[in-house]
Parts: sequence; structure tokens; C-alpha cells
Amino acid sequence: MILTLLVALLFVGGLLAWFSERINPDWPRWVALAVLTAELLLMLSLLGADPGNDGWLATYNHAWLPRFGISLQFAADGFSLLLLLLTAFLGIVAVGSAWSEITERAGFFYFNLLWTLAGVVGIFTALDLFLFFFFWEVMLIPMYFIIAIWGHENKFYAAKKFFIFTQVSGLIMLVSIVVLAWFHYLQFGFFSFAYQDLLNVGMNRSMEMWVMLGFFIGFATKLPSVPFHNWLPDAHSQAPSAGSIILAGVLLKTGAYGLVRFAVPLFPTAAAEFAPVAMTLAAVSILYCAKVAFAQADFKRLIAYTSVSHMGFVTLGVYAWNELALQGAVMTMLAHGLSSAALFMLAGALQHRIHTRNMLEMGGFWGRVPRMSAVALFFSIAALGMPGLGNFIGEFLALLGAFQANQVLTIISAFGLIFASVYSLWVIQKVFHGKYSDSAFDGSHLLDLDNREMAYYAAMMAGLVWMGVYPQSFLDLSAPALQTLLDGQAGNIVLGASQP
Amino acid sequence: MTPLEYAGYTMTSGDLIPLLPLLAVTASSVWVMMAIGVKRNYPFILGSTVAGLLIAALLAMDLLSGSAPDPMPLLTMDAYAQFFTVLICALAIGVSLVGHNYWAEFDDQREEFLLLLLLATLGAVVLAGANHFASLLLGLETLSMSLYGMLAYPVQSRRAANNHALESAVKYLILSAVSTAMILFGVALIYAETGSLSFAGLEGLPAGPGIGFSVVALLLISAGVAFKLSLFPFHIWTPDVYEGAPAPATAYLATIGKIAVFIVLLRVVVETRTLGIAPVVIVFSLLALLSIIAGNLLALLQDNVKRILAYSSIAHMGYLLIAIIAAFYAEGPISVEAVSFYLFAYVVMTLGAFSIVSLLSSDALERDSIADYQGLFWRRPWLAAAFTAMLLSLAGIPLTAGFIGKFYLVLAGVESGLWLLLAALIVGSGIGLYYYLRIVYRMLLPEPADAPELRQGSAAFSVVLVLFALIVLFGVYPASLMSLMQGIAL
Repeated sequence: MILTLLVALLFVGGLLAWFSERINPDWPRWVALAVLTAELLLMLSLLGADPGNDGWLATYNHAWLPRFGISLQFAADGFSLLLLLLTAFLGIVAVGSAWSEITERAGFFYFNLLWTLAGVVGIFTALDLFLFFFFWEVMLIPMYFIIAIWGHENKFYAAKKFFIFTQVSGLIMLVSIVVLAWFHYLQFGFFSFAYQDLLNVGMNRSMEMWVMLGFFIGFATKLPSVPFHNWLPDAHSQAPSAGSIILAGVLLKTGAYGLVRFAVPLFPTAAAEFAPVAMTLAAVSILYCAKVAFAQADFKRLIAYTSVSHMGFVTLGVYAWNELALQGAVMTMLAHGLSSAALFMLAGALQHRIHTRNMLEMGGFWGRVPRMSAVALFFSIAALGMPGLGNFIGEFLALLGAFQANQVLTIISAFGLIFASVYSLWVIQKVFHGKYSDSAFDGSHLLDLDNREMAYYAAMMAGLVWMGVYPQSFLDLSAPALQTLLDGQAGNIVLGASQP
Repeated sequence: MTPLEYAGYTMTSGDLIPLLPLLAVTASSVWVMMAIGVKRNYPFILGSTVAGLLIAALLAMDLLSGSAPDPMPLLTMDAYAQFFTVLICALAIGVSLVGHNYWAEFDDQREEFLLLLLLATLGAVVLAGANHFASLLLGLETLSMSLYGMLAYPVQSRRAANNHALESAVKYLILSAVSTAMILFGVALIYAETGSLSFAGLEGLPAGPGIGFSVVALLLISAGVAFKLSLFPFHIWTPDVYEGAPAPATAYLATIGKIAVFIVLLRVVVETRTLGIAPVVIVFSLLALLSIIAGNLLALLQDNVKRILAYSSIAHMGYLLIAIIAAFYAEGPISVEAVSFYLFAYVVMTLGAFSIVSLLSSDALERDSIADYQGLFWRRPWLAAAFTAMLLSLAGIPLTAGFIGKFYLVLAGVESGLWLLLAALIVGSGIGLYYYLRIVYRMLLPEPADAPELRQGSAAFSVVLVLFALIVLFGVYPASLMSLMQGIAL
């Protein structure tokens, strides 16, 4: 029940935020903040839930389209819960970054923000594949609006590219889902889109590979992995900072979540056969996008490419498919969610102040904005994988696990860590060190971070330090869920009629 | 009263009951014609038209749940026919209300438009129940003849928005006549072979030796049907006719004009699956493939909303053909349900889109350029939200009925293993998004400083809101409609 509440609250809250603008233009952001705080509290209340003997912390099941055996089936385990917490937390951060930046049509903005998050929460909890796909697509439209209305100079191109890439790959996945359900119908005589039913479907080898590829394309586009990453730099650099935070921090994780929850467990044989290809793509993503990031002059584009590079470690970990690697992938998802969101927020804050993202025009900011510079240094160091911070744990575990599966590719991928240091430190050097000159932009508004902004960064720093110093608290939460997936026991769940 | 007899079938008074909706539409057209002769009272004529159509729709809705009547020699008024009768009458009511707004300041007689609309609806209802080539042609011609008049309606007006209405009607007239001639020739060949004009007689066509004869006959009919449905390469008339005609007439042609033909096509395919011989299936597949690709690609080049919708309708007819082709292969009911559901979603979203164009347009000024919609989101939020929903539904995005329709098509395609056509569906949808989003984006831009006052129209606006509600309702909770579609499956 709590899971439907999580989704419904965001949908209703979005409408409330929109309509509250008529009463007072200040209200939408307060409504959004209140809704997201309530979400976070609801999710935290799940932490103490008893996983029961089926491993799920909370479930809900209600018939939706009985004609095709489609139901409103939600369930969350520790793995989903970690991502849900990340979603609510970054949602609050996004509201904070939009607080003073979004002034025009604010009601509609917060409506879109909350509806995007509703789609994401739906993705992390839906266990019916039709429902999952439904949310997968639902979140696209509000995100499109966020980029197309409040984005920067080339927003229409970016918004359209984002939409078309994800929609086409989504349709390919829809065909795969339908094929899977059709095979279920052929084998069992009734339609079902339920996860636990579809896990039992048997297919011949080539069919399984094709269907698995459909899922892989859908998820790899969102993740993104080379060669489906093309939309991401445009979407991230053109979106307003709140949009970039949600995109990088949360939306990319839906692709990774899909790989772990669906693409591998549903097709164990095909996924094992495909693993070397996927891991190669991951290695290429890590190295190639790190290289491309280094060549960027646009601050946000650079962070966007580093996201692709970091998400490569997630793909690597997922397709290694052992506990260490999966734990690494999950930790990387969480840590990257925080670090990339913070960096995008920082880039947005800079753009808000000096109206440019061109790093070639920047330099010597440390003297002008010491707080901002220190924050930037912290998150750059986190992103490059400094021990003691969350990203290190994630990437280290992913590499450690992947080494058992494929040594050559792991060794190659490990070079990504070196590349990451190069571009991260280069950014710090270019923007914050050197000689300050505001000849290329209007530097009069280059003010340091205020206390409200600092509070957001401090919260994210605390999260990264916690992950880096005591990762066990996160690992413990996801371990049972991942173990069930690894054992191929995910089908042995009992989801009866609606449970409280 | 002497019983009517035809082909060994004796008609009884009980047979009139399933025909009641048809009779209601007929009676209202006669009534409206006479009322116009007595006194030109536009509100009264509009009221009579809507009331007549409403009665027909309610009658059909009542008959829908009853037991299936025996097929008559010319018409089968089964649940399938009754459902589409309801749909057609409801759409016709929508178009007449939308037209009310469009023709508000018209400087010529307005009443006959409604008469033509009723007559066209009569033809469409006949098509919904046709099970015989005679009724097929009668229905088709009644529909087309009335459409010529509707398309050219403002021809006498001195303040007409554009002078393309006549061009539009003549184009449609000539091509429609040619396609009817092709259908007739095909029917004649079939009659020569089987000696029967009923659809059931098609089973007698040779499928083994002498197949060439069947192929020629069926392909002639297919080409004629493809003209009516504007499938590539028989689509050339579509954009010009859509653009030149007054918006309500375009709305009628794009919705009822299309689905009436599709309803018959589906009935023929389902009732005579033996027609699924290789050449016919190949031709249908090619028509579908080319329509999807060409329709979507050509829509990219347009700056006129009506032309965009015209090209997108070509693509949508291609999508629908996928389910028709699936019906050739599969015995299961899914393809029939898929066609029915998609047709429903298609007409709702298409009528919605054209209603919005009509609402903002008048006979003196067609607002059909994309630029006219700039900033609509901030000037008329509900209208823009509805238009966005219609366009996203056409693009097949969740929360809209169009998505469920697309899901059905994918299911039908998967059931029959039509991988190539499904690939075309995916590619076509991707291209389609580009031009639908173009319109959406225009509406999101800040409104231009010199934007002229927008028209208001309460009748058309309420139609738009109803369609908007339907699109979202059946996008989120389609279960009731799904079971209805299951119930009417042939």
C-alpha cells in the first residue's frame, strides 16, 4: 500500500503544485518540497520493514487490465529502496537548485519535476512489465517539457533528441516485453506480464537472445552505454540544473536498475552469452567517454560525458554477475547519483551567475568564490574515485568483481580511473586556479554560495563520506535482494491478492 | 403487408429491430431536409441533427448487448456493426457541434452542411453492417457523394478562407470515382467467377489452380480500398484535400471517411481468411510498409497542421494494416480487437486534433499553419493541453489511448510474427515523434507580441474536452473498452 502511496503522492502533488501557483506564485516550490519530504519519510519508514520470507519489504497487487493479465503490481526490496531513497533525496536537491533559478511558469515546472519523479518511483517499484514500461515512458513527457521550456540556448534540439532516443529504444523494449508475454501465453495458456510469471518462460536460444537484446537496447540507451549515449551530452547540457540533476542522478539509474532487475534475470542464458559484448561496450564507454570529456570546453557537457564513463562501471559490474560486482554497481549508482548531481548543480549555479558554461573563459575563481571552489574540488575528487568517498567503493568493488569474470576487460577498464583523475583535476585547474579575468563574461554577479546552497552540498558530501567510510550499511540493505537475483530465485516470490 | 423477399430470404418485421439505428439516421435526414424546406432555422436544424444521431446511437447501444441477429442478405447488424454505428453517430455529433462553431459567421446557408453530414453518416452506418458487395458500394457511394458536397461547401462564399475548397472536392471526386470503378471491376470479376456478390461467396474464389484470376480481382479491390484509405502509393490526394477543405469537413473525412472503409475491410478479411493467399498478403504488407515510411517522412516536410495530420493519417492507416495482415495469419481474436481498439483511439484523437483546428478557425480564416499555434499553452492552457494529449496519443505515448492502441498492434504483430512490419512501426513512430513534438514545442514557445485574438467556441470546446477525457481515461484504464472490444470481435 505504501508503494502506491509513493507514486500517487507524486502525481497528486504535481497537480497541486501546478494549481497552487494561481493562489500564490511562491507556493509551487513549497508544495514540491513538502511532497518530496513526505516521500523521503515514507521511504525511510520502509527501512524498518520486515522483509518476510519472500524478501520484499513491501508489496501491492491489484488487477488493472485483466484481459492481458496486467496488474498494478508494486514491490520493493532493499535494492529498490536504496534507489528510491536516492530519488527522493535528489528530488529535494533539485527543488533546492530550482528554488531561485526557476521563476517563470514555476507551477508547471514543479508539476513536471514531480511527475518525472513519479515515473522514476514507478520504475523502481513496478514488478509488472507492462506497468514498468508504462512508467518508463510516462517520465519522458515531463522531462521533455523541463528541457524544452526551461532549457538553455539549444533546448528544442536537445529535448527532441532525448525524447526520440528514449522513445524508440523503449518501443524496441515494448516489442520484447510483448514477445515474452506471448511466449508465456503459448506455454501456459494465459496472458501475464507479471515478473514472477515471466521468469519461468522458456525460449529457444536465438529467440532468447533477440528478446534480451530488445531489453538491453532499451536500458543501454537510458544508462547510457556506447553506442547509444549520443543524446545524453545534449540533454544534460541544455537542461536547467534541476533537470540535469534528475537526469544524471536518477534517470540514468533507471537503465542500470532495469539491467539488474530484468535484462539479466529474465534471460540468464542469453545474458551470460552476451556478457563479453556488454562488458566490452562498458570498457569502451569508460575509456572513450573519459577521453571525449577531456576534450570538452562546456562545463556541463564535460560532466555529461564523465557520467557515461562512470556508468560504464555499472554495466561492467552488472554483466560480471557476481555479488561483489553487483554490490559495486549499486554503490556506483548511488555515489555517482550524488556526485554528478552536485557537479551539475554547481555548473548550473555558475551558469546562473556568469551566464556561460565555457570553461575556456573561466579561471582563477578560487579567489572570488572560495566556498564554491572547495565544494567543486570535493566533488571532483569524489568523482575521480578517491578512497574514503563512495565512488571509490563502488568502482573498486565493481572492478574486483569483474576481475573474476573477465580479467582483460577489467584491466583495461581500470585505466578509466586514471583518465578520471586527469579530466577532474583539469577542470579544477582551469576554472578555479590561474588568473581571474572577466573579460569574456559579466563577473559582477559571481557571488559565493549562500548558506542554503551550502546546506544542500553538505548533505550530499555527508552521503558520499558515509558511503566511503562505512559502506556496510548500504551493502547490508542491498545484499539479500542481490543474492536472490543471483540465485535465480527471484521467481519464488509469493505475491497474492492485495496486501496491506 | 406482403413480406419482402430477396435471394430466398423473407424479411419479417422482426428484422427491422436491428436496423433501427439505420432507420433513425435515414428518418432524421429526411426530416432535416423537409424542415429546411419549410423554414431555415439553424438552431432547430442543428438540434434535429444531433437528436437524430443521438437516438440512433442510443438504439445501437441498446442493441449492442442483445443477442446477435441473423445475418440478412445485404446487412449483418451484429454487435460489431452496432458498436461502430454508435461510434460513427457519436463522431458525427462531434463534427456537427464543431461545425457549429466554425460556420458561425458564414455568409451562405449553413443548414445543408448538416444534411450532407447526416447523409454521409447514413452511408457510413450501411458500411458498418455491409456483408455484400451491393451494400458495400451503396454505402461507399452515399458516403463519398455527401463528402464531395461537404468538402466544397464554402464554394459560393465570398469571404472564404481559401479558394481551395472546390479544388479539394474535385480532387476527391475524381480519385474517389476512379477507385470505385476499380472496386466495381474487381467485384465484377469475382461475380463472374463465383456467381455471388456476398462476402461469404468470396470463399468460392479459387485459391489453388486458377489463382491468377482471384489475384487480379482481389488486387483491383485492394487498390480501390487503398485509394479510399489513402495508403501509399495511392495517397497523393490526401494532403491537398485535407488542406483545402473546411476544417469540419476534413475532420469528417479523416475520421468517419476512413474508419467506415476499414470496418468493411476487417469484416471481409476475417470472414474469408482463405483470401490470405501469398500475393495478397505481400501486397498488403508492402502497402503497410510504404505507407508507414512515406507518410512519416513526408510529414516531416510540412508546416501546415492539416497537412501534417494528413500525412500522419497515411502512416496510421499503415499501422492499422499491420493488424489486418495479422488477421490473415492468426486465428486468435487479438488482431480483430487490435483493429477495433486502434480505430477507436485513432478517430478520437484525430477528431480531437481537427476539432481544435476548427475551433480556432472559421470559414473566413483557417488557422492551420504551425505558426498560428505559437504560445497556445500560455494563452489557452486547456486547449493546448488537449492538443498535446491528442498529438502524444497519435505518437503512442502512455497515459493516452493511442499507447494502448499501439500496444495492441504490437501484440497482433508479435502473434503473427510480422517482424519486418514491427520494425517499420518502431522506425515510423520515431520519425513521427519529430513532427508531433514540433507542434507541441510551438505551443510552448512564448506567444508572439502581435498575436491576433483567438476565437472562442463553447460547443467545439466541449467536444474537445470530452475527447480529451476519453483519450486519458482509456489511456489509463482501458479495461472496460478492452472487454467491449472482446465482446464485439467477429
